[in-house]
Amino acid sequence: MGASMDILLVEDNPGDVRLMQEAFREVNSVKIVGVATDGVEALDYLRRRGKFTDAHRPDLILLDLNLPRKDGREVLAELKTDPMLRRIPIVVLTVSQAEQDIIRTYELHANCYISKPINLDDFIDIASAIQHFWTDIAKLPANINSY
Amino acid sequence: MVEDNLGDARLTREALKNGGLFCCLDHIRDGEQALEYLKHEGRFAGTPPPDLILLDLNLPSKSGFDVLAKSKSDPVLKRIPVIVLTISRAQSDINRAYDLHANCYIVKPINLDSFVNVIGAIQEYWLKVSAIPPRQRELTCGLEP
Repeated sequence: MGASMDILLVEDNPGDVRLMQEAFREVNSVKIVGVATDGVEALDYLRRRGKFTDAHRPDLILLDLNLPRKDGREVLAELKTDPMLRRIPIVVLTVSQAEQDIIRTYELHANCYISKPINLDDFIDIASAIQHFWTDIAKLPANINSY
Repeated sequence: MVEDNLGDARLTREALKNGGLFCCLDHIRDGEQALEYLKHEGRFAGTPPPDLILLDLNLPSKSGFDVLAKSKSDPVLKRIPVIVLTISRAQSDINRAYDLHANCYIVKPINLDSFVNVIGAIQEYWLKVSAIPPRQRELTCGLEP
């Protein structure tokens, strides 16, 4: 029923990157098409700058808040005010469960906020929940300049 | 829930009750009232903001897009997740809703079983998987974002 979904993962911790790639491999109809390991790289990827001129624009972004070079909150704010990129759903996936972080993240127009799991099984559950909701239940926007 | 169709509203209420997770559903039937409700004006003065908004785009008196745009630009309301739940499957509507910062867009199923399934999926994702901002008690709590 659902279409396939391409995800950009923005995550600096290599262990978490591996866990997430592992988790999404267990889930059908979703693919991690790119990994950015800091905030600057994430923006370059989405704007197809530098080494990312051929980057495939994702259907959804998984964003950790704590990133080197440019913090995830800044990335979020920039993306959600960029007319070409603002519509891409951003799922913030981060360790903090602090209320102020949750509030601030939603105020910056993150689409949703998920507390980062610790073990692979929980990552697989989250990956599966994300796949199910965003491809079977919700409709995704069409990317500007997509073809 | 901002929904002008009484049948859909009743179905939603029933489906949510069966899901067991929601405690309280306020039902508003048009866009003007939705904005009054959200801003605590008129007869809605004193009601706390909701934790989540289910929004139909086809509303009498003010389009759902206006309600969406107004909530998402209001400093107090913009944190509230807005789940668009509406008949239109037009890609232009979907795109526009996301551009206006709808948290997600769901096409309202016509089939009863699918409708109940979708409401269950919303509860599951938004109340169990995703964290949402804590309930707001005060409109002006003094903490600037």
